[in-house]
Amino acid sequence: MRQLLVVIFLALIANALIFTVVEMPPFGSPDNPSNNQVNQRYVEKGVEETGSINVVASVIMDYRAFDTLGEATVLFVAIAAALSNLKAH
Amino acid sequence: MEDLILTMIVRLILPFIQIYGYYIIIHGHLSPGGGFPGGAIIGASMILFALAFNLKEGSNKISHDTSTLLESGGAFGFAALGFLGVFMGSNYLSNRAAGFPLGIPGNLISSGMIFLISIFIGVKVASTFITLFFNLVEGKTHD
Repeated sequence: MRQLLVVIFLALIANALIFTVVEMPPFGSPDNPSNNQVNQRYVEKGVEETGSINVVASVIMDYRAFDTLGEATVLFVAIAAALSNLKAH
Repeated sequence: MEDLILTMIVRLILPFIQIYGYYIIIHGHLSPGGGFPGGAIIGASMILFALAFNLKEGSNKISHDTSTLLESGGAFGFAALGFLGVFMGSNYLSNRAAGFPLGIPGNLISSGMIFLISIFIGVKVASTFITLFFNLVEGKTHD
């Protein structure tokens, strides 16, 4: 009985996922919603606005620098938690 | 355990690994890479040193206090660098709007704050690797 419920539940989840994937826009098409003016601007004005010829660096350390600060904070908190656990014993 | 081949190879290869790590950090705004992978390479070079020789020599090269200080300093420096933008009259972590000199795109010293941020992130990631490795390996024997 329990296994049957698990199978039905998994089939429902798979159904939802498959229908989501079918509805997705085709890969690499220029009309995709991800190809909007945001990354157009990064590519066209990135060098002028940040002075970095590496677009990835200009995105993660200038446009999205606050996100990178969050990543550094995650690293810091992770190691602080690990050290406090290791040194407590 | 002292293995002649291992120690000699590590002695030969270690400067190149570290130079490569520094190169990746410093050229973060010019080529693929940046603070995270460069710091990981430098941290891995110190782990290699400690594994090939022994833990005591590794601890002598970079002590616990130093690596903890670098760790906190990297994170604090990044956050403090953001406040520099606020004091210059712009948003937190802003680069050109805060009046940082951008230099000529393509030069090594250019792009204002991106250069400094990748150095801070590199220091932080490298010391995270080193601190975590030494503390995990030494375990209870070291306080």
